[in-house]
Amino acid sequence: MLENLDPVLLARIQFAFTISFHIVFPAFTIGLASWLAVLEWRWLRTGKAVYAEVYRMWVKIFAVTFGMGVVSGVVLSFQFGTNWSVFSDAGGNILGPLLGYEVLTAFFLEASFLGVMLFGWNRVGPRMHFAATLIVALGTLVSAFWILSANSWMQTPVGYTSGADGILYPANWLEIIFNPSFPYRFVHMVTAAYLTTAFTVAGIGAFYLFRGRHFPHARVMLGMAMIMAVFVAPLQLLLGDMHGLNTLEHQPAKVAAMEGLWETTRGAPLLLFGWPDQEAAKTRYALEIPKLSSLILTHDLNGEVRGLKEWPENERPPAALVFWTFRIMVGLGLLMIATGLIAIVLFLTKRLFNTRWFQLWCMALTPAGFISVLAGWFVTEVGRQPWIVQGLMRTDSAASPVIGTSVALSLAAFVVVYTFVFGAGSYYILKLIGQGPDTSGTDAETYGAHGMEEPPIAADMAGEKGGSYA
Amino acid sequence: MLSLEGVLNLPLIWYGLIAAAIFLYVLLYGFDLGLGILFPFAPTDQCRDRLMNSVAPFWDGNETWLVLGGGGLLAAFPLAYAVLMPALYIPVIVMLLGLIFRGVAFEFRFKAHGSSRRIWDYSFHIGSLSAAFMQGVIVGAVVQGIEVAGRSYAGGAFDWLNAYSVMTGVAVIFGYALLGAAWAVMKTEGETQAWARKSAAYTLGYQAFFLAAVSISMPVMNADIRELWFSLPNVFFLLPIPLVSLLLLITIWGDLHAGREVRPFLLSFGLFFTGYIGLAISMWPYIVPFSLTYRQAAAAPSSQSLLLAGTLVLLPVILAYVGYCYYVFRGKVSEDHEGAY
Repeated sequence: MLENLDPVLLARIQFAFTISFHIVFPAFTIGLASWLAVLEWRWLRTGKAVYAEVYRMWVKIFAVTFGMGVVSGVVLSFQFGTNWSVFSDAGGNILGPLLGYEVLTAFFLEASFLGVMLFGWNRVGPRMHFAATLIVALGTLVSAFWILSANSWMQTPVGYTSGADGILYPANWLEIIFNPSFPYRFVHMVTAAYLTTAFTVAGIGAFYLFRGRHFPHARVMLGMAMIMAVFVAPLQLLLGDMHGLNTLEHQPAKVAAMEGLWETTRGAPLLLFGWPDQEAAKTRYALEIPKLSSLILTHDLNGEVRGLKEWPENERPPAALVFWTFRIMVGLGLLMIATGLIAIVLFLTKRLFNTRWFQLWCMALTPAGFISVLAGWFVTEVGRQPWIVQGLMRTDSAASPVIGTSVALSLAAFVVVYTFVFGAGSYYILKLIGQGPDTSGTDAETYGAHGMEEPPIAADMAGEKGGSYA
Repeated sequence: MLSLEGVLNLPLIWYGLIAAAIFLYVLLYGFDLGLGILFPFAPTDQCRDRLMNSVAPFWDGNETWLVLGGGGLLAAFPLAYAVLMPALYIPVIVMLLGLIFRGVAFEFRFKAHGSSRRIWDYSFHIGSLSAAFMQGVIVGAVVQGIEVAGRSYAGGAFDWLNAYSVMTGVAVIFGYALLGAAWAVMKTEGETQAWARKSAAYTLGYQAFFLAAVSISMPVMNADIRELWFSLPNVFFLLPIPLVSLLLLITIWGDLHAGREVRPFLLSFGLFFTGYIGLAISMWPYIVPFSLTYRQAAAAPSSQSLLLAGTLVLLPVILAYVGYCYYVFRGKVSEDHEGAY
């Protein structure tokens, strides 16, 4: 039975599974690392224990999440070869150095200073510890820079030449790294990561307030998260719009799928809902607002928007998946903006920290960032199909010469292992959330020293400002 | 366009750099995996806590060398990467799954209590064991040669599996266990150290056996390698490699029984180095034995140049701060403190 499975389809499912699992962790740790740096900075500046306590609670969650991100990321660096060896061969000249730079400029930085950040409380001075947190935060951003550059190049390839054998060669590195969709995708993703963290933190803070626990800590969490919701969520709408216009310019078929538009239309309507039917090449049950799509995309009520029928059938992305994941992403983004607006009203009426329904609202939106990040990646990756490198290489000609049985069995193994391991990780994170911040001040010693004796250097520095938990 | 092609022998430099990255990975993640291999044999739970604590700040950085090896191979020799990964599909996937199980154990183990902690003890052990075994299998499969047609792997799904690759798999398990035990001798005291010392001496015996087995079998199996090692005058230039290995084995044995703490660890590195050099000489100039040389598989000069420029600047910086992080956590893992957080 297994011999008849299509290895390309299996390779796609496997890659989609492992990369979707993986992106959840960095989406969280990019934002969390930056937030931890802000918390530690506030603590060093104000000397208020509450910041250190919130830091120490979340750094444990960070450690678990980061660990899961590392092990699921190592898998990906090999899957380019195990699943997409033809693509690796053809694109390696261009994508290899970008990924190589990610390792050299980001992975080593994060991985090395994470040890100091987690276990170095009593082994380095407070300033060095803060520096370690900052370095880890910087590392996550640099990592995002390179990986998004590589992905964006696959969406909007420029600065290359094609060899006779189908191998791609670099012609201009600056054009490759700063390819047309990269700035938009990078900013959009980093902002998404910050919002993901903000809404997770907000949800946990709201949970503590709802239960009447850890009031000062919960205030810090919800308060800081709402600053992000107020200022960054609307900004993300603007950034997303710019990213969309960039996609319209370079990958119009993807935008047509997002809009569920089949015929090229002047004054195209915005479809709120509907069911794009690939076979019939039309969108059924459409609920539409006249002319709005043209207005958004071309800034002209009667502007022309190209429909999917402009492309031959075998060059159209699967419209239904793109159409729906796009709506999930935008819908959640709008809920985030609404959260910020509500927070402003509640703050001005001095009810931000004691409005029960708003606490429930924030708790309900805890996973909103994760879901919208995943949905957004589905839009951009599925919307690129049937290409693995837009216009240059088709996905179905990029796979490894591996039999379907191997791919099917390894896919099954990944599903079982990821479900068990990352299920356990989620359980331990929930336990840490259940415990909440430790205010006894002894936690730092056991966590920080990690079973090692305190060296003299740390004892000397413990007397400095902000250096002790006493 | 940036290219150092005219000035430097780029493929050769990259061959050396990738070999160095893989070697650093073998050393640094080797002792890391070795602790996992020895884990269930430690006498008490307290010993296990200490073993894990001794490496917890470093495991993540150590694993990054593997990512550099994989990513560097894709960047500098994309064709070799594209051939080797499908050829080694199953061992690579099993290794990755093993690395997942042992990696998460660092975070999960101290958060679990009672019998669920056992799960992560075994997750750490079996993950380390299977990753080490598969790395050895990969070495064994690669040295026997990979079948290539055009620009693709042309063999079957199980070509990597035979008695020889199983033997090299077991050899790597004992080799890593030796590194792990020597690390534990250096970083622990008392009961844990005494046990580590015994384990190191025990695994050293196996290491000697497997080194001999691989050294003898390679020239027996392959006529070119036999020619390389035993023809005149090569034999005189190459003889120091097995002789130094032998000397190292004897010295480590003596050191372990004389109560030395640091030198056995460093000399174990030396033992891996001589073995690695021996292997590299036998495989030269192939990157995919015996189908593709490092020149045939090289990436475009501009790609190799770009990454080389960054590597020359960044690698010393990386080595410096990795060294700093080891320095921050210098000294023994304490007897008194409970390591859990």
